[in-house]
Amino acid sequence: MLIACRTGYHYKAHDHYQGAMKLIDTLTDLANPSRFLALTTRVLPWLAALTAVVLAIGLYQSALAPDDYQQGATVKIMFIHVPNAWLSMFVWGVMSIASLGTLVWRHPLADVAAKSAAPIGAAFTFLALVTGSLWGRPMWGTYWEWDARLTSVLILFLMYLGLIALWRAVEDPSRAARAAAVLTLVGALNLPIIKFSVDWWNTLHQPASVMRMGGPALDRAFLIPLLVMAIGFSLLFVTLHLAAMRNEILRRRVRSLQMMQASQTSEASQAGAVANDSMRDQGALKPTIGTA
Amino acid sequence: MFSGLDFAVAGGEALAVTGRNGSGKTSLLRLVAGLLAPGGGSIAIEGGDAELTLPEQAHYLGHRDAQKPALSVMENLEFWRDFLGGEAADSADCLDRVGLAHALDLPAAYLSAGQRRRLALARLLAVRRPIWLLDEPTTALDASGQTMFAGLMRDHLDRGGLIIAATHGPLGIAASELRIGGAS
Amino acid sequence: MTALGALIRRDIRIALRVGGGALIGVLFFLTVVVLMPFAVGPDLALLTRLGPAILWLGALLASLLTLDRLFMADHEDGSLDLILTSRTPLELTCAAKALAHWIAAGLPLVIATPALGLLLNLDMVATGAVALTLLAGTPALTFTGMIGAALAVTLHRGGLLLAVLVLPLSIPVLIFGVAASQAAITGPLTFGAPFSILCALSLVSFVIGPFAAAASLRHGLD
Repeated sequence: MLIACRTGYHYKAHDHYQGAMKLIDTLTDLANPSRFLALTTRVLPWLAALTAVVLAIGLYQSALAPDDYQQGATVKIMFIHVPNAWLSMFVWGVMSIASLGTLVWRHPLADVAAKSAAPIGAAFTFLALVTGSLWGRPMWGTYWEWDARLTSVLILFLMYLGLIALWRAVEDPSRAARAAAVLTLVGALNLPIIKFSVDWWNTLHQPASVMRMGGPALDRAFLIPLLVMAIGFSLLFVTLHLAAMRNEILRRRVRSLQMMQASQTSEASQAGAVANDSMRDQGALKPTIGTA
Repeated sequence: MFSGLDFAVAGGEALAVTGRNGSGKTSLLRLVAGLLAPGGGSIAIEGGDAELTLPEQAHYLGHRDAQKPALSVMENLEFWRDFLGGEAADSADCLDRVGLAHALDLPAAYLSAGQRRRLALARLLAVRRPIWLLDEPTTALDASGQTMFAGLMRDHLDRGGLIIAATHGPLGIAASELRIGGAS
Repeated sequence: MTALGALIRRDIRIALRVGGGALIGVLFFLTVVVLMPFAVGPDLALLTRLGPAILWLGALLASLLTLDRLFMADHEDGSLDLILTSRTPLELTCAAKALAHWIAAGLPLVIATPALGLLLNLDMVATGAVALTLLAGTPALTFTGMIGAALAVTLHRGGLLLAVLVLPLSIPVLIFGVAASQAAITGPLTFGAPFSILCALSLVSFVIGPFAAAASLRHGLD
């Protein structure tokens, strides 16, 4: 009995170990852009379909949710506004982790992940701003109000745009990656400070605004559609992010090929040596000419 | 910086300006090109187009290549061809003659230093001007590039053009020499 | 004319491809407008009253920012040498560069004005007035700023020195631009009077700017 138990325990530990090793193996495998491309080609259509389904369910549930006694039907903009606001911050978090990947662990795909996430995060932030503006219009009578929450989102939007400008300012993506990684991490550290300052600034001049943009009291009728929409938008982000990463990898391959083409000379013998040098310099991004 | 210089160059002739670093070769060329004002003396041109000044009839090829990395190779050349005006040649043909035919639509940023120099040389072919003022034209080029450019210079001289070139090493064509700075 | 057309096309192409493109100026404009409420306070009524002034200040600073690269980039890669010795008159070349800069940097600011007017709760009349005055006034800012840009090349200094030189020259444009906008919103002045003066200032700058910049470039380079 004792022996059997110990054997059983030993197998379980071994399984956990195997599982962990498999995870590390997968991450290392994914570091290879070609395998990443192959994986995403298979996975993306399913992800996209799942996203569509979840968002459809969420929208249906949102439409069915009861009206707020104070705000009427416009409260339902919350079901789009709040997930977008959450995601705008979540995406910055993803970019921060990717930036750590670039600076600390030197994961080859980390900067691809960071660069492709930025425009998507900016889009979510913009949607949060627009829906927030529309939500507040009936209350305020204006399309914009400088209240603490919306203003913080606006500042986050500016930070996204600045980051995108930084990515585009440097021609070589790998050099831009380090600068952008530093800026992303600095931004992540600053976001709580900015949020706190803006809240304080807002209370200086005005009493707390009547409408709580965070959402009305979350009873069950509101909570479930909200969570479903949040999951749907998160899936949307993952789908778009993976697709954008694919594009970025392919874009870099085109760039490598162009650089190789530029370094050709009329002497055929030199062409081979130069091409090999360029390929070595690109490191993990081994161009696979002739394959899909 | 220097004084007492007296020289003349005729059509079909080349003048190689030599001297130590800092002796004033670049300044001399910029003087002739009209980018520097002389302290005294004069620079005169006889013949040529009476309506145009000397700089307007000359190509000045300085140390820097006057290219925009954001534009493609072709766009860079066509800009100068359109901007400098006058008798123009086919851009693709010029790029082919300097050995850049394979890189027509690539961004100029992807070129090596020698290739950028070749693109600058293509400018000399794209627009016909009788006078070439060249500041160390072949320093960045490899051996085949220098041979190529020597051929281009010979063609230019055969057509009656004249060349004043500042150079460290041999120019690759027959040229009289003007030494600045001397042995002191 | 093909020479100038080629120059304008090239400058616009470069402006659109390099860095953040035309949108970096708009981003700065947006940033300045967003900064104002933190200094002034979130009282929307006050911000609306200050609206035209905030937008004009933002546009002024944003159009100034990119100006110091106007001639500096060409100077650094040797293009300026060729431009100086070309057959096209230098005054026309400077005017063409300023025009290209305005199209790539100034015009986007004008187009972005309605969106920013939304942040300050400006109504249609106010936003239209500000946009129109910016359309008439930003060329003046670019053409006068060009003088500073030419000086920056010859003095080998850019940045703040350029701003200090050019900002006083821009004050009349600012005065009449804001005055025209306010006139459209509140009266009692009519919109026409300050707006005409604003247009006149732009037209004058089209002449003075290129001549002064060309003179500065010619005498400065050595």
